[in-house]
Amino acid sequence: MGSFGKKVAKFWEMFYEHNGYTRVVTGLKNTLIIAVLGLFIGIIIGTVIAVVEVFPKRKRLPRILHGFCTFYVGLFRGTPIVVQLLVAYYVVLPLLGMNWPALNVCVLVFGLNSGAYVSEIMRSGILSVDPGQMEAGRALGLSYSVTMMKIVVPQAVKNILPTLGNELIALVKETSVVSFVGAADLYVAFNYIGTNSYEFMVPYLAMALIYVVVVMIIAFLVKIMERSLRKSDRSH
Amino acid sequence: MIEVIDLKKNFGDLEVLKGITTTINAGEKVAIIGPSGSGKSTFLRCLNLMEEPTSGSIIFEGVDIAGMNVNINIHRRKMGMVFQHFNLFNNKTVIDNIMLAPVHIKIQELRVKKVKNFFIKIGNLFRKNKKELYKIDTTPARIKQEARENALRLLKRIGLEDKANVYPSTLSGGQKQRIAIIRALAMNPKVMLFDEPTSALDPEMVGEVLDLIKQLASEGMTMVIVTHEMGFAREVATRILFMDEGRIVEENTPENLFSNPQNPRTREFLSKVL
Repeated sequence: MGSFGKKVAKFWEMFYEHNGYTRVVTGLKNTLIIAVLGLFIGIIIGTVIAVVEVFPKRKRLPRILHGFCTFYVGLFRGTPIVVQLLVAYYVVLPLLGMNWPALNVCVLVFGLNSGAYVSEIMRSGILSVDPGQMEAGRALGLSYSVTMMKIVVPQAVKNILPTLGNELIALVKETSVVSFVGAADLYVAFNYIGTNSYEFMVPYLAMALIYVVVVMIIAFLVKIMERSLRKSDRSH
Repeated sequence: MIEVIDLKKNFGDLEVLKGITTTINAGEKVAIIGPSGSGKSTFLRCLNLMEEPTSGSIIFEGVDIAGMNVNINIHRRKMGMVFQHFNLFNNKTVIDNIMLAPVHIKIQELRVKKVKNFFIKIGNLFRKNKKELYKIDTTPARIKQEARENALRLLKRIGLEDKANVYPSTLSGGQKQRIAIIRALAMNPKVMLFDEPTSALDPEMVGEVLDLIKQLASEGMTMVIVTHEMGFAREVATRILFMDEGRIVEENTPENLFSNPQNPRTREFLSKVL
């Protein structure tokens, strides 16, 4: 126990007295920025893809769009996110001659990646809404897209909120690979502390703890949101 | 008002409507009866293109709405539809259900006018004869206010003004269907289409819905009603269409059709249901 106490003391020295915590705070901030903004982009992309997929495919334009969406989803679900990050940062951006900060690249790649997953979640959500809702909107003279956005998607989102919460949690955890392209996340922060104190046990333990706490907070927030959205199901 | 000419509808290989020709005049109340699977609902749903006809034309106010180059949304706004399963928007309160379409459509029209005015103004900089601007005599806030007043007036009419701010899930079937009816009325439709409006209701709630439909009928609304309520059809309708196997087998005034059916198929059906 004595050696563990020493290790904690070493960690604390690095964490507190040598300002390691500022790195941890930055890392946590970056992790959350990537996960939350990524999910936000993912929801927008995913909703667009899902609407394209459920749109009746009789005419040519929807069919072309549908083909493109299938390709997109196949591409982003078929490759690991690390590979996507590396390709985006070391292949695509140099080819385009752009010089983006790593954090922006991460947000974009996580958004594109999660869009592929969210599209399937959203599609099942849209299919779970009674087709009569769409019919009623169309019968009142509203267009397909207006009815979709005002009536069907809000009900779909309510149905898939727990699954979207899952997606956010998965994103938070997946951010631990962004150091591959040099973005500073929680792993980078704690690794720094470990390297500088020559002691890795406590920093990595603390890192795991922070992840658990963040995920628990997210799960709790999702529960609250779910409850408030469900108010239209019951009398109040 | 609505002229249907040789309307056909296939679902895959199944021929549901095999050539329907009829005219629905303004002020008429047409009831469509017939056995299940006869194509009654499909016919009604073709009238506002909820189902796309395979061939034939539907001429509504002089326009063939079954044609390819028609913006059907504009025509649907003049045709109210009431569904068997009510289809109130579950994520909106009762009053939002009623206001949603009128407000959205009017605000959209206002926006279109503003955009057009903008371009006319730019064009006028170069024109000798200035083009006239569209008149803009309302604001989004006023549109909402008017729609709200109208919705409350309609709710008061059916005695449900206290339900304005609740969600549909808290209402009974009869209340839902009456709200669905006034939701359609809020668009000031020229014709109302009822697709078995009482079939999904508990027996004790059928009366309140039928009473509301009767009221509308007496106010002169043009209606097409698919129904299994023979007594109601007899009382309200000015004309009854009997459909079987995708065709109109017989059409007549209620008195003649019920007391003196001509076609053997009609006779058989009526003997079973009356």
